[in-house]
Amino acid sequence: MAAKAVKQEYPKRHDGRGWEELREIEAKVGIIPRADGSAMFRIGHTVAYAAVYGPRDLHPKFMQNPETGILRCRYNMMPFSGHGERVRPGTSRRSQEISMLMSKALLPVLDLKDYPKSVVDVFVELPETDAGTRCAGITAAAMALADAGLVMKDLVVSLSMGHYNGKIMADIDGYEDCDVGISDIPIAYIPTLDKFSLLQLDGEVPKEDLVKLLTLAKKKAMDIYKVQQQALKARFTESHAPKKVK
Amino acid sequence: MMKEHVLKYITKGLRYDGRKMDECRPVTVEYGVSRNAEGSARVRIGETEVIAGVKLSLEKPYPDTPAQGNLMINAELTPMSSPLFETGPPGEQGIELSRVIDRSIRESKAIDLTKLCVKEGEKVWSVMVDIVTVNDAGNLFDAGALAAIAALKDAVFPALKEDGTVDYSKKTDKKLPLLQTPIEVTIVKVGDHLITDPLPVEEEVLDARLTVAFNDAGMLCAMQKGGEMPLSIEDISAMIDLAQKHAKELRKKLSR
Repeated sequence: MAAKAVKQEYPKRHDGRGWEELREIEAKVGIIPRADGSAMFRIGHTVAYAAVYGPRDLHPKFMQNPETGILRCRYNMMPFSGHGERVRPGTSRRSQEISMLMSKALLPVLDLKDYPKSVVDVFVELPETDAGTRCAGITAAAMALADAGLVMKDLVVSLSMGHYNGKIMADIDGYEDCDVGISDIPIAYIPTLDKFSLLQLDGEVPKEDLVKLLTLAKKKAMDIYKVQQQALKARFTESHAPKKVK
Repeated sequence: MMKEHVLKYITKGLRYDGRKMDECRPVTVEYGVSRNAEGSARVRIGETEVIAGVKLSLEKPYPDTPAQGNLMINAELTPMSSPLFETGPPGEQGIELSRVIDRSIRESKAIDLTKLCVKEGEKVWSVMVDIVTVNDAGNLFDAGALAAIAALKDAVFPALKEDGTVDYSKKTDKKLPLLQTPIEVTIVKVGDHLITDPLPVEEEVLDARLTVAFNDAGMLCAMQKGGEMPLSIEDISAMIDLAQKHAKELRKKLSR
């Protein structure tokens, strides 16, 4: 992302939110009929689609693991989705790192031992972005994996926390990240294990504040968790029952 | 197995999803679906879904057209949208899709590129249209082309900063200089039958495919034949007639 600006006053959030308040959230499961599992997650103006294919045969063969299936994620911003200039299609160093982190964030809830030599592919595409894209991607991907019927210990919830001038905040947006220069701390949380499977920091945070921030992150994650669960339940009620066209 | 099944029923005049041979699935066009794009649209044809977005930037013109804007059209067959699409650089299927849609917009002279010149030989607007597949339930050609032209219709110029560079945080209300609205329709031939708006299972068994673009006056402005079997004049004529009929229907879907 863009270089951080010199620290300025930021007495209240530019969009009128409270410091701990999330942007508007929307979740829908089963948005891509062609996939084995799929979901959409929107937080403010960040929208993530996730599709799951598999378990399916893994090629090239040398990547196969005879002990277990593997999880493979691909994160991709649609070329017109970013603020500013067009994002060139194809992978970048950034997108490759995020793809890898997404796999690591999701893997702890999966057990792919029953699928040796196979792969579960998770494709995340972002049609519109306003920061927190990897988090929205992970949150959507967790729902898509559940929709695909994979055995899971739990869902994974992800959001981006912020820290600025001693203040802790939840769900920072693009303006706060790039223009204000708030420290960005994306996390992923697994409720039943009570553990974090993604943790990054972009900026400065004293250790004591980080601990407070993670405690708040858990609380906010539970709000998103409820929305994920509702979306999954809605998928399997009558009016949203899966329809498949091959 | 599936192919035999689909073929058997098509020769009896029955389609996999029960449609008539020349029946199109419901079509919807949604505008303004991605706010960072200068223009965007989502098109659904049945369960097929594509999103197109337009980005505008100031660039140097191509040396052979110093007083014209640049136009680039790209389609991405995302691995998200079908188990058959893979990650990595676009394959021939994706390249063909990009080029067929590009041709309909370029050859119909849909955009007045001369109006995109800021300073001859130095600075022109570059129009970049990206079409991204969300769910492939067949007929990506028609859905992609419709999304591309809808996104162009939706597009507005971004504001400029004092130094003349683009200020992407502000949009003007100035629309792109559009002269034509080309509509592209694909007809496929399976055995002796002509089919509109094919499903993936029908695309797999097709003998030939013809994609035709029509401009506002109903004139043909781009074509592409696909599939392995050759076509007779009678075939081509019948396919164009069918395509034209459907182009009229699709054109109506663009109104807001």
